[in-house]
Amino acid sequence: MTAQDFWVLSPEIAMAVLALVVISVDLVTRSMAKVSTVAFIGLAVPVILTLNLWNGWFGDPATGPALFDTFEADRFSLFFKFILLTVTAGTILASAKYIASDRMKDYGGEFVSLVLLSVTGMMILVSATELITIYVALELTALPVVALAAIHRSKQGVEAGTKFFVLSAISSALLLYGFAYIYGYTGSTNLHVIMERLAVLPTQPGVPFGSYAVLLSVIMIVAGFGFKMAVVPWQMWVPDVYQGAPTPVAAFLSVASKAAAFAVIMRIMYVAFGDANLMQDWSGLFAILAAVTMTLGNTLALSQSNIKRLLGYSTIAQAGYILVGLASVPANQVGATSAGAGPQGVLYYLAGYAFTNLAVFFAVIAITSRTNDDSIAGLNGLLKRSPLLAGLLVFGLLSLLGMPPTVGFMTKVVVFGAALNANLTWLAVIGVVNTVIAAYYYLRVIRAIVFEDAVDESKFSADKPILVAAGLAAIGAGVFGLAPFLMLDLAEKALSIVPAMITG
Amino acid sequence: MFDGLLTITVFLPAAVGLLVAIFARGENSDHQIRWISIGATVVTFVLTVMVFVGYDQDLAGVQMIDYLERWIPIDALRSSYLIGVDGLSAPLVLLTGILGMAAALGSWRIKKRVREYFMWLLLLQTSVLGVFVSLDLMLFFIFFEFELIPMFMLIAIWGSGRPRYSAMKFVLFTLTGGAFMLVGILAIYVTPGVNTLAMVSIPELGIVGIPELIAGADLVVPASLIFTFFFIAFAVKLPLWPVHSWLPDAHTDAPTAVSVMLAGVLLKMAGYGLLRISLGFFQETKGFTIHDVAGYMAVVAAISVIYGGIITIRQTDMKRLIAYSSVSHMGFVMLGVAAVGSSAAETSTAGLNGAALQMFTHGTITGLAFLMVGLSYDRTHTRHIPHLGGLWKKMPLIAIFFLVAGFGSLGLPMLSGFVAEIMIFLGTFSVWPWATGVSAFGVVLAAGYTLWMVQRVFFGARPASPGISDEVYDNLTDANWVDMIPVIALAAPIFIVGIWPSVVTDMFDIGIQAVVR
Repeated sequence: MTAQDFWVLSPEIAMAVLALVVISVDLVTRSMAKVSTVAFIGLAVPVILTLNLWNGWFGDPATGPALFDTFEADRFSLFFKFILLTVTAGTILASAKYIASDRMKDYGGEFVSLVLLSVTGMMILVSATELITIYVALELTALPVVALAAIHRSKQGVEAGTKFFVLSAISSALLLYGFAYIYGYTGSTNLHVIMERLAVLPTQPGVPFGSYAVLLSVIMIVAGFGFKMAVVPWQMWVPDVYQGAPTPVAAFLSVASKAAAFAVIMRIMYVAFGDANLMQDWSGLFAILAAVTMTLGNTLALSQSNIKRLLGYSTIAQAGYILVGLASVPANQVGATSAGAGPQGVLYYLAGYAFTNLAVFFAVIAITSRTNDDSIAGLNGLLKRSPLLAGLLVFGLLSLLGMPPTVGFMTKVVVFGAALNANLTWLAVIGVVNTVIAAYYYLRVIRAIVFEDAVDESKFSADKPILVAAGLAAIGAGVFGLAPFLMLDLAEKALSIVPAMITG
Repeated sequence: MFDGLLTITVFLPAAVGLLVAIFARGENSDHQIRWISIGATVVTFVLTVMVFVGYDQDLAGVQMIDYLERWIPIDALRSSYLIGVDGLSAPLVLLTGILGMAAALGSWRIKKRVREYFMWLLLLQTSVLGVFVSLDLMLFFIFFEFELIPMFMLIAIWGSGRPRYSAMKFVLFTLTGGAFMLVGILAIYVTPGVNTLAMVSIPELGIVGIPELIAGADLVVPASLIFTFFFIAFAVKLPLWPVHSWLPDAHTDAPTAVSVMLAGVLLKMAGYGLLRISLGFFQETKGFTIHDVAGYMAVVAAISVIYGGIITIRQTDMKRLIAYSSVSHMGFVMLGVAAVGSSAAETSTAGLNGAALQMFTHGTITGLAFLMVGLSYDRTHTRHIPHLGGLWKKMPLIAIFFLVAGFGSLGLPMLSGFVAEIMIFLGTFSVWPWATGVSAFGVVLAAGYTLWMVQRVFFGARPASPGISDEVYDNLTDANWVDMIPVIALAAPIFIVGIWPSVVTDMFDIGIQAVVR
């Protein structure tokens, strides 16, 4: 490894070291407050190193290909690393009280370090430019989550963990199958080389992607990552795992895992299959997936009575909206907005969604940890019982719903606008119809919080750390909703991987 | 350019509402909250009068502009903070000022969660004012949708009957319409050659608006489809048959003041949108113009008028009756807009002016009617018409002003409703004689349902098995002076416009002339 390799990989190295430090602290002190504090403060190191790569504080940030062309710390990956680090910070804050609880305090250190290890995997994943590296990073991402889901050793937790493990294994198998096909066809596992080879290999007219081998491989790859993105028809695990796993883990999964999966699929699609013709082909595939995912996620959410399951289905639907942005490729541009509106929308959406969903999940954690009731009816009369938490939750739900002027609305506007820009009017229409379906179940929760009378009228408030985490997430969502350009400017800079953006 | 008056007018109610909600505390704060909130609406009313009077009719165009160009300065969505008034919006701003004040005064007797109630009511007023003054489509849309949150809360918490069901229905209907509108907005925005969200051209600021740019542009989505998207949104909100069914529920279950706001100004957001957007944008678009569908619009309007009228006659709940009459009356607005199918400029502008005036008059007349139902209900605790009768002796003032609203609604000359309807008929008859002829029976129906209701409730003898006991009946009191302030505030414009219509029609005409090019 050269010195440059170390620089480029520095945030990941810092993250892995932090995981080890945390587990050592746990070994020495057994005080969960200290574990959380160390983890939270320690996060500053990878954050600073990531900022360094973005801004070049410590000299020229040589962010080009490193580690034998398997890894790239370009702005696209750095954008996602910021999201991942933010989510990690929030998760650690929000689980501070949780890991100090009686049934968790023996595994508290493990909990935090597993989260950190999983994030390390995700950070490598968003930077990887080579199929084997992607695969290894993915496994590093998934395996800690299996342990996290089952960390309670309760019946539900073990079921959730097992489910997640089996389905990850299947998705990995599919992915490897897809990788094998593309390797066999092009003779390389490097995304850039794959693109070059695909451009010169002969194509069969009338076949999507120019050949059945590529077609099959793309479908396998999309299916493999479909599990991680929680896209229909690979969404079955989501509600079960969200309900069974500890809520902080569900929050972490719903945002971080999803963001990383979207990042890597974007990179594979734009870098390896970024040719204009191929782009049009996979755009159609994602458009169909988007329509199905939104519609099914929202429809199934309608009848849920458990808040965690409802949020599970809601995250599926949200993945559908993000797919709309993914399907809006520059190659199909008919409108006057910039060609990168689609991918830019994906980044903006993921960032806005991260803040919003964290606010919602953290509020739910804070509430259910006091009421011990995760049915929607358990939220009845929350406004009187805990006005602050109720306000945060309502705000988050309105943002998920897409009510102006929240960030949820702005992100949807950008994504649907991108769809129209890319000649996908039908998809934009399905998207907005879905926001109305979604309004029904989000409003049902809001209705319970605001209007219904509580059985137990006692007031309660949340623990400080989680309140701070939820509050900061909500503030983030508010700021990026009222001032969208703050985030959109960053997202535009992060579009380095999109071919039209590099040339134009 | 930043004039400031409009920004203050729009955001004053919301600012007061939020400040009061945050800072008002203590045992006796309810009373102070009422006074402060009412004070805020009175000041807003004065400001809207200043806007209306301050509009220079000789200068015409868009005035009192507040403009911040870089609100969302990104390529994917370049949106500005651009607000201003022209002849079309100034009277509607005034109307919102009047009704906002009337609604706050009419809420004097609210006892439940007073602090939140006035916060939502004031936020509602801000969002409606925002709709009328927004000249940027995204801003327009945000205000248009934001209004749902206060309405949802107001109906669901302070309503009666089945408030939660009605609130949800209202939100889902409007949200569906809004969703389609959003697609329409985005489709216009991404079109090469348009790529702006300015709703009008403002030469002095160098802003070229959509109406000019869209003419001849190659839209990414067929113009007919975009028109349909907007039309769905406005048809739901207006409401037109067959998407009107949320309205009676929402009205019946909403508290009185909220009904006043809903009928008085919220429905007008749709009428305003029809004129500003459906008409303003789609006159010279490629492959489609609004003239192509004016005939269909006339037919739907006629169905709404007649269907609404017939359903109204059958109602036994006073509030529901007035709610259905709104369907009929707002059908007239649509009918007036359909006059655009005329090739002669004077007939089409007569119809359009009538439609605009109908919005204004319906706002005051129906607002008054809801207010009177509320006053009567406060005393008798029933709205079931067969249970009532002979109230005239006990509450003559309420009866008189109920009659004023009734006469206004059926189009009695000298009252404002007459002027609006006659203008609509004059404008539309030469273009769509059949639809207009059929719709004219709506006036007959209106005479039927209003007079019949007033007769049964106030004049006829008490029914054999009255819904209110003798004891209650004997103790009924008439409206007192507190009740009468909002009543007068709404009744005055009915007479003023009826006798001297040019106060607002001159204004509307300037606006309409600018929209029709």
